[in-house]
Amino acid sequence: MIITPSDLKTSDVVHPTTGQKWVYSDVARDHFFNPRNLMLKDPKDGEYDAVGVVGSPACGDVMTMWLKIDKADERIYKLKWRTFGCGSAIAATSMFSAMVMENGGRTIDEALKITPQDITERLGGLPGRKIHCSVLADKAFRKAINNYFRTTHQHQRIVVEGAKVIDTVLNITDRDIEEAVLEGATTLEEVQNKLKVGVGSPESIPELEQLIRFYSEKYYDG
Amino acid sequence: MNEKRTVYLDHAAATPLDPQVKEAMLPYLGEQYGNPSAIYAPGRIAREALDNARETVAQALNCTAAEIMFTGSGTESANLAIFGVARGYRRDQVTAAGATRDLVTKGHIITTNIEHHAVLNSCKALQNDGFEVTYLKVDHDGLVTAEQFKAAIRPDTILISIMYANNEIGTIEPIHELTRAMQERKKELGRKPNDPPFFHTDACQAAGYLDIDVKSLGVDPVRGRSPQGDRSTASSGVASSGVDLMTINGSKIYGPKGTGALFVRRGLKLQPLIYGGGQEMKLRSGTENVAGIVGLATALKIATQLRDKEGQRLIALRDQLLTGIMDRIPKVVLNGHATKRLPNNVDVSILDIEGEAMLLYLDEHGIYVSTGSACDSQALDPSHVILALGKPYEFAHGSIRFTLGRATSAADIDYVLDVLSQIVSTLRKISPVRIDVNATGITAKTAFVGDGLPHFVKQQSNRGKKDRL
Repeated sequence: MIITPSDLKTSDVVHPTTGQKWVYSDVARDHFFNPRNLMLKDPKDGEYDAVGVVGSPACGDVMTMWLKIDKADERIYKLKWRTFGCGSAIAATSMFSAMVMENGGRTIDEALKITPQDITERLGGLPGRKIHCSVLADKAFRKAINNYFRTTHQHQRIVVEGAKVIDTVLNITDRDIEEAVLEGATTLEEVQNKLKVGVGSPESIPELEQLIRFYSEKYYDG
Repeated sequence: MNEKRTVYLDHAAATPLDPQVKEAMLPYLGEQYGNPSAIYAPGRIAREALDNARETVAQALNCTAAEIMFTGSGTESANLAIFGVARGYRRDQVTAAGATRDLVTKGHIITTNIEHHAVLNSCKALQNDGFEVTYLKVDHDGLVTAEQFKAAIRPDTILISIMYANNEIGTIEPIHELTRAMQERKKELGRKPNDPPFFHTDACQAAGYLDIDVKSLGVDPVRGRSPQGDRSTASSGVASSGVDLMTINGSKIYGPKGTGALFVRRGLKLQPLIYGGGQEMKLRSGTENVAGIVGLATALKIATQLRDKEGQRLIALRDQLLTGIMDRIPKVVLNGHATKRLPNNVDVSILDIEGEAMLLYLDEHGIYVSTGSACDSQALDPSHVILALGKPYEFAHGSIRFTLGRATSAADIDYVLDVLSQIVSTLRKISPVRIDVNATGITAKTAFVGDGLPHFVKQQSNRGKKDRL
């Protein structure tokens, strides 16, 4: 008997010992080959209300997400994305974007309730070692939303998990400082130009300077 | 739906079984089931098949039949070579000769940082067991130099394991220069031929395409011996080189999976990995896989006959593919050496896109290839080989390997080029990164803010500090 690829049941091939799915479901395949809400043309400056860029420590994938948000009712009426990532990352982000866009777009609070598990479930499962790809979409979205809160001066709504808040007034974390340094700001003045950090909370400046020195040495020395 | 064209370009992973090989194996999967250790007629028939197979392999390698051990895979052959030598020549076992008990290490091993995991992980296991290992760093083309190698040989070096040709980037190592350097160093150290160190080469990928004469291999790897096979000239002319051990794998040369062979030069005393009834010169006990061994030998014989002609044909196709990719797709970097490479290997990093996605899109078009992307590996590590060339992980993440074979035609290459250029432009639209062709570090640094650096990037910098792999 000759087995051809069309004989393979792509949706339910399961690893014989671990029980893990190791190929993509039909839904995941569809999103992979026909990704929804992809950012096709490079956006103009200020065209979107928020943007978030994250990377995956597990595999090195990179994801960018752009949002347009109705300021009156906080409805996300446009979500676009790009990824430097594998089949799972593409499928998961496409699915996430479709979920946010359902019924004319979810509000920020509704969209924040979508979990990586929800995405995986809607995709009909992901191979076990690819679950982190759905987390990446979620992380990019949260970062974009934080970016929105910052530009709309809703600093109290910013939530960054696992980070240390340096400036309590603007809710700026050590990660924001690290990012600013990576973008080339290596003095207090340059970082303040980017983030306005410490302007309203001068007591945070010593720690701030320490962090700038630490990250500058980490990335630019030796 | 139209009938889909299929183009299999992953011959470095597996080759189809040659019909002649299958034919040769069939009797031993059927009526000829005797145990080769038995002395009655069916046993003798199986024994003769084994003896003939061993002789065939010996001829292809220009050695004696007694120097050929059959194993269950290329991986097993490499393990037998490495553990066999390490355990046979560990320096803390000698007591008759005197004070060797106080040695700091059990012995020193030299290998490279681009070996197959069969070699790398065997070396790591020995490292954990008290042996010391030097991982030679290859240059940006994947080559080690004889000077670099010679300097690494120490008085306590017992084993060297350097691959003949790399499975991923196809780079052919200068085995002839390396073995000569080892002989010179051995002379300096006052060692006789049967004293360590010994030279093992993993020739799994090379066997189908390069000269595998164990006495002169690497002198002119791609051309090899003349088709007439003038053995005496080849071996006597370069008597001071050659390898002590060589690994061969049946499934990479159109033979059956689950078969391997190891050349062990006469005079070497290896310790076995598998104990039992003493088959394979007591190095690999267990009833011999007669059909598999016959298959491997037949496959090697055919590969040797076809080598020169097929090699030239594949070089033309390889260059057609590589030139086509370079002409039609911007931002592509060749991995491995431009000319010192296997006739059937094209390995490129197509920047800004990820390899697993590329692989799946190609699969959808009936094209089967492999990638060094982290996403395609169980451990989510990108290819250690591409990283060893000094390239950022993003290059490995977007690397793709085409390995051509006997059925590959020029029309196949044209089809692949058409499909690939479409897929690359689709996937580049999906990607947010724009990597510089000359990049040396991560492009999207800010994406990894926090403690979120890719785990293998962290590992790499740690390794750098310890000056290990």
